[in-house]
Amino acid sequence: MRKCSLDKLNLIFAEIAKDAALYLPADQTDGSAAYKKWEEGTALSDALNTVRSPKDFFFPQTEDLMKFKTQGKNIDIIDIRTALEDFVIFGVRACDVKSFDILDRVFLTEPVDSFYASRRSHGIIVSMACTRPSETCFCKTFSIDPANPAGDVSAWKSETEIFFEANTQKGEDFLNKISSLTEECDDTLVATQKEAINKIMDKLPLKNLDTSAFGGGKTNELFDSPAWAELSQSCLGCGTCTFVCPTCQCYDIKDFNTGNEVIRFRCWDSCMYSDFTKMAHGNNRLTQKERFRQRFMHKLVYYPENNDGLFSCVGCGRCLAKCPISMNIVKVMKKIGGNKSE
Amino acid sequence: MQKITREQLIEKASALLSNSTVSCVLGWGMGEFDYDVTPTTFNSVEELEKGFVFSDFCGANFSKYLVKKAAACEGKILVFLKPCDTYSFNQLLTEHRFDREKVYVVGIPCEGMADINKVKAICGEGILSIGSKGDKMTVTTLYDDEPVSIDAKEVLAERCLNCKSKKHVAFDELLGDEGDVIESNRFDEVARLEAMTPDERFAFWQNELSRCIRCNACRDACPACTCEKCVFDNPNSGVENKSPANSFEEKLFHIIRAYHVAGRCTDCGECSRVCPQNIPLHLLNRKFIKDINEFYGEYQAGAEEGQRAPLVDYTTEDLEPGEVFDRRDSDA
Repeated sequence: MRKCSLDKLNLIFAEIAKDAALYLPADQTDGSAAYKKWEEGTALSDALNTVRSPKDFFFPQTEDLMKFKTQGKNIDIIDIRTALEDFVIFGVRACDVKSFDILDRVFLTEPVDSFYASRRSHGIIVSMACTRPSETCFCKTFSIDPANPAGDVSAWKSETEIFFEANTQKGEDFLNKISSLTEECDDTLVATQKEAINKIMDKLPLKNLDTSAFGGGKTNELFDSPAWAELSQSCLGCGTCTFVCPTCQCYDIKDFNTGNEVIRFRCWDSCMYSDFTKMAHGNNRLTQKERFRQRFMHKLVYYPENNDGLFSCVGCGRCLAKCPISMNIVKVMKKIGGNKSE
Repeated sequence: MQKITREQLIEKASALLSNSTVSCVLGWGMGEFDYDVTPTTFNSVEELEKGFVFSDFCGANFSKYLVKKAAACEGKILVFLKPCDTYSFNQLLTEHRFDREKVYVVGIPCEGMADINKVKAICGEGILSIGSKGDKMTVTTLYDDEPVSIDAKEVLAERCLNCKSKKHVAFDELLGDEGDVIESNRFDEVARLEAMTPDERFAFWQNELSRCIRCNACRDACPACTCEKCVFDNPNSGVENKSPANSFEEKLFHIIRAYHVAGRCTDCGECSRVCPQNIPLHLLNRKFIKDINEFYGEYQAGAEEGQRAPLVDYTTEDLEPGEVFDRRDSDA
């Protein structure tokens, strides 16, 4: 384990930024935090989490895939991919690090998504332990430990110091680059911090969320539950939950005709939207109840069915904080799955 | 902070259910915490007693829900409306968006609603409970051994700090006074933006709108946005877009929306309340309201049912388009 004083954090950022684009959570003018590219003067935010998740780095909201140009009877297909450079995402919380595993299972299984794969291979993830979780946090439900965040490098921040530990070869290389600014240390202080985090985790109001009603094979049991109508009755059909979610991965591919060429791009889609997965025959989810059900069945039943029981929720709590009507996955799990603590 | 209590509202709703005046109640449903209430339909006294809440976090404007819920309710639906909600109610009636006969409105007084983000800015994350008594709120958190006492006025939502009216402009009965239109400073921020140079103003909106994630929450919560199929959702419209392809589209969406609701927006503030990125969208609409007031005389959308908005009405006194340009030139 290596450490350095927080006064030197800026020097570390400058060192990292010499060879790679460095992104970190920074405070915005409205009081929230967002990942920003570091430049001299950018300070690491103390916010628990960013409004947008870091999935944007690997799976951006919009992305051009290719261009077509027609001349007479010829169509030129123009490859617009460019070589990527390495980049570092600094300060990723444990829940968000886990979300990358969930996205990997979608984008890196055959057929591999080359756009995603390329970004993923160029990204270095430096995670950060959560010393002050929110009441909306429930990562423990999904066996995520905010005291031991994964990633290429794990970091822990105290009032005065920051501690680093490498978990991968990429992480070792990263720590070697900043070795002149850090010093070797034992893990006594980090162990104390972990203990404090665990104590807080035991006090979180959502700590006993029960997942046993969900998982692969539960489709028939849950699909026709009368609770969906009640839960979705006030859903506005906006895309907030899906767009702030670190694991939502649905997208649409569209062509934009500029007049003399066509740009094929993809953009995030939302199962909450009325034209989501619209097909030639029309739409297969006609009411908001069906769209709403799709989102939670996907996270709690369909995804685990195809991925060894892994749920596609990481308990980051963004949907709890941001849904305009305060309807969210926790309320769904409690209503449909019952709750041990009640 | 609120003067009316959950118990009073449940009593009123139960009485109206019991004497069959209404067959369902649109109210606020209890959440996981003390602040995450969900608009909910209650069908019985038992349901009300189990899940109905009323607190400083009941900001949602129920008027738009009536478009769908009034039709879905077997008999009449009881809706509790705060003064600002009643303006949206009238505006929707003017636009024939629901059947007035299907709705029973109980007007309730409002002391202003709290903004949970402001509470968190003071108390931090980890809120376990929020109690309210008089002008004080008591907040317990994971990280403070003692409850924190805060001044309720400090955490008032922006729209409530600039409350334009405590008057109920539509109701079947009232719990409390009819209330009055009040003086507000709601155009101060617009005037501040108007006083900027075009470059400063552009930078202001660039910064704000750059955070937009195109979730459409502003549109979907807006009582003036009740098109059955929004042009931006319609793949056949040719302008459907699910995400901002660039910073131009980012702004375009919001500016088009502001134009579309101009003259119909009652300034209820739902757009800014629901925005996950805290973009002050209400300022775009307030600019239109301020302009309409200055060009055509004071006009408040939703003040009366059936009124004609200046933009869809004609009088010989209407100002000429050229006068708008004159004003623009004198600004520059």
